[in-house]
Amino acid sequence: MSNQFELRLSGAGGQGLLLAGIVLAEAGILDGKFATQTQSYGPEARGGASKSEVIISDSEIDYPEVRTPNLTLALTQEAADKYISKDIINGIIVVDERVEIDPAIKYEKLIRVPIIKTAKNKIGKAIVANIVSLGIIVEATNIVSKEAMESAILNRVPKGTEKLNRMALESGYELAK
Amino acid sequence: MKMKSNIQFVQGNKACIMGALDAGYRFYGGYPITPSTELAELSAVELPKVGGKFIQMEDEIGGIAAAIGASLTGKKSMTATSGPGFSLKQENIGYAMMAEVPLVIVNVQRGGPSTGLPTSPAQGDMMQAKWGTHGDHPVIALTPDSVQETYYMTIRAFNLAEKYRMPVMIMTDEVIGHMREKIVIPNKEDLEIIDRIKPTEKEGYLPYGVEEGETVPKMASFGDGYRYHITGLAHDETGFPSNSNENAKKLLDRLMNKVNHNLDDILDYEEYMLDDAEHIVLSYGATARSARAAIKQMRKDGIKVGMFRLKTVWPFPEERLLELSKNVKNVLVAEMNLGQMVLEVERVVKNNAKILFCGRADGEIITPEEIIETLKEEF
Amino acid sequence: MNKYVKKYLRNDKLAHMWCPGCGHGIIMHQIIKAIDNLGLDKDNICVVSGIGCSSRAPGYMDFDTLHTTHGRALAFATGIKLANPDMKVIVVSGDGDASAIGGNHLIHACRRNIDITTIVFNNTIYGMTGGQFSPTTATNDLASTAPYGSIDRPFDIAKLAAAAGASYSARSTVYHANNLEKLIEEALQVKGFSLVEAMSMCPTSYGKRNKKGTVSDMLEDYKETYININAFNKLPPEKREGKIEMGVFKNETYPEYTAEYQKLIDRLKGDK
Repeated sequence: MSNQFELRLSGAGGQGLLLAGIVLAEAGILDGKFATQTQSYGPEARGGASKSEVIISDSEIDYPEVRTPNLTLALTQEAADKYISKDIINGIIVVDERVEIDPAIKYEKLIRVPIIKTAKNKIGKAIVANIVSLGIIVEATNIVSKEAMESAILNRVPKGTEKLNRMALESGYELAK
Repeated sequence: MKMKSNIQFVQGNKACIMGALDAGYRFYGGYPITPSTELAELSAVELPKVGGKFIQMEDEIGGIAAAIGASLTGKKSMTATSGPGFSLKQENIGYAMMAEVPLVIVNVQRGGPSTGLPTSPAQGDMMQAKWGTHGDHPVIALTPDSVQETYYMTIRAFNLAEKYRMPVMIMTDEVIGHMREKIVIPNKEDLEIIDRIKPTEKEGYLPYGVEEGETVPKMASFGDGYRYHITGLAHDETGFPSNSNENAKKLLDRLMNKVNHNLDDILDYEEYMLDDAEHIVLSYGATARSARAAIKQMRKDGIKVGMFRLKTVWPFPEERLLELSKNVKNVLVAEMNLGQMVLEVERVVKNNAKILFCGRADGEIITPEEIIETLKEEF
Repeated sequence: MNKYVKKYLRNDKLAHMWCPGCGHGIIMHQIIKAIDNLGLDKDNICVVSGIGCSSRAPGYMDFDTLHTTHGRALAFATGIKLANPDMKVIVVSGDGDASAIGGNHLIHACRRNIDITTIVFNNTIYGMTGGQFSPTTATNDLASTAPYGSIDRPFDIAKLAAAAGASYSARSTVYHANNLEKLIEEALQVKGFSLVEAMSMCPTSYGKRNKKGTVSDMLEDYKETYININAFNKLPPEKREGKIEMGVFKNETYPEYTAEYQKLIDRLKGDK
């Protein structure tokens, strides 16, 4: 299952991570790959930290849960504390600049950049932090093609916000360079 | 880039409603309950668009009752629920069996008992599906293991319900219900859609009468002028109550034979890598995905193992399992409960092979490693 | 043979199973008379019942008839009516069926104001099973499960339906058979949820245990006890003691559920 890439996208409820997970998986499908998306439900999903998990693979995906993520995104401290594991060697960790990473955490690569500030100040809408994050993920991993990612975003976002979201995606690419 | 118009990335619960609509689904009666709520919500959105009806009833019992009532007017009906709601619906499931009313019941299984783990998966209602309502009766229960299969199995559930005039259960689980996957929607013309057979002659209509050798009576819709009677009491072929023991036997025999005489048509299972297998993993629903991953891993390690996946848990494919079990060392049953279908496997396999069990009921899906470890303990 | 019996009953299913002196036959008779008065199409009537003595009535009536599970008649009927709004749907139910095990369905059918006519055969007892108390058994009355007199307070079903939002709610007794027929006829014409509570004597499981005398004594009791609601309201409080109101408690027009659903369907069609 070496051709399988597992991602855990986490943050606070309302940061659009469910949508980000769906868009990422749909980009995978546009690239001709297999993808699944799952999320946490119940009290856990309301407020506090929430997560959306995506698996993208060249072959059929059997076991659908993410256990050793190749990439973990955490937009808030609470999400990082809850969803980045100390017990494994994490793959790539992507966090907002304000998130502190426990020194005990092992990882292959850490990308700590101003995701929320970029969304808020550069693009002008904090709500697009999820799209900025997707830009970072694509640039850092190439797990889906940029073309597929852009299409997947435009297929999902409300009409009239296309330009805004494209800008957010490109800012994400820049942040990961 | 756009997805092809026949491809969507959706939750299992959505695929269920898409399949239902393609099967001709026109009525939902139910009560919202996690993790099946999307089935109610999507029905509320879609049914009125096609002239169908959605009603959120005051409770689970009313939900299935309304769905049965609607089916009697000729509408393809569904009710959906989870754990506690499935318990509440049991009496009227028996009613639908006895009165022979086509109906699809979806149970998106969650952790139990009682309120249990509302947002976590389980497969703890398998025996309840078979024995939950009182008395002897036939059962058809299907278990999809993917979003795509949920779509097709829902169509099949409606077809079986209509063909055999009985409630059919889709025993899915929180994992399959909530996960999103790609689904390819077939051309409508390629789908086989079955409708109940209606009588054509009012004179002498026997609502529960069948020709010699047949098991399923023709079904008139309420409002079509047949003016007939339906009851949950033991009844004769006219539909009126009868206390005769002979009649009761005749009725129950026919009800059971609807399934027992049509196993070839109803039974469905998948045999995965079983040709040279020395070990069988028997599984169903979300757990079958872990089993498949485990089998792929073990095959890489040179272990000859395959899967017998139940797509109909009820009726149970006992003849085929018995046959398969004669050529293997172990039959490992993996399910998200503390031992339910394994009892059926023990009944069927007996001493032909050693029976192993890998189960859990803590709200987590069984991992491939757990299945591998259970089998490897035998080496 | 009585012309109504010939026209509306399944004559091969008679004689009925009710005890001598039971009031239920009178109620069934008044229902078919009301149907005849209105000239309703037999092929388009559906009668739904739950469990109990009253609920055996549909078996004798020559329409589409459905004998369901205990308390659930209104829920089944709701499905039938919503799926086929052109049908005239009538529910016959007992006091226990309608207000105990089926109480939730009753108040919600009232609330939705779905176009179903419900006739409650109220004999204030679970008759078929030997006389256990029901939600309408009077306080201090005896029952097999209230051997020292019931300490429960009873429901007033007609007022309950009115308060829960039904368009139409009325009460009569089998003594006042003509009045009962008139109220059922009115109820059948309501576009919305209508309920007629028909008081009916159960000499076997209630009358005997509570020393109510003969069947004629019990009918006499209805004559003395039940008075028209307008007359009742004019009585000074001290004279109301021992009297019970009958007549029409409510007759209002509200949006009807299946019609509202059809509007929703039409609206969605328009949006396309």
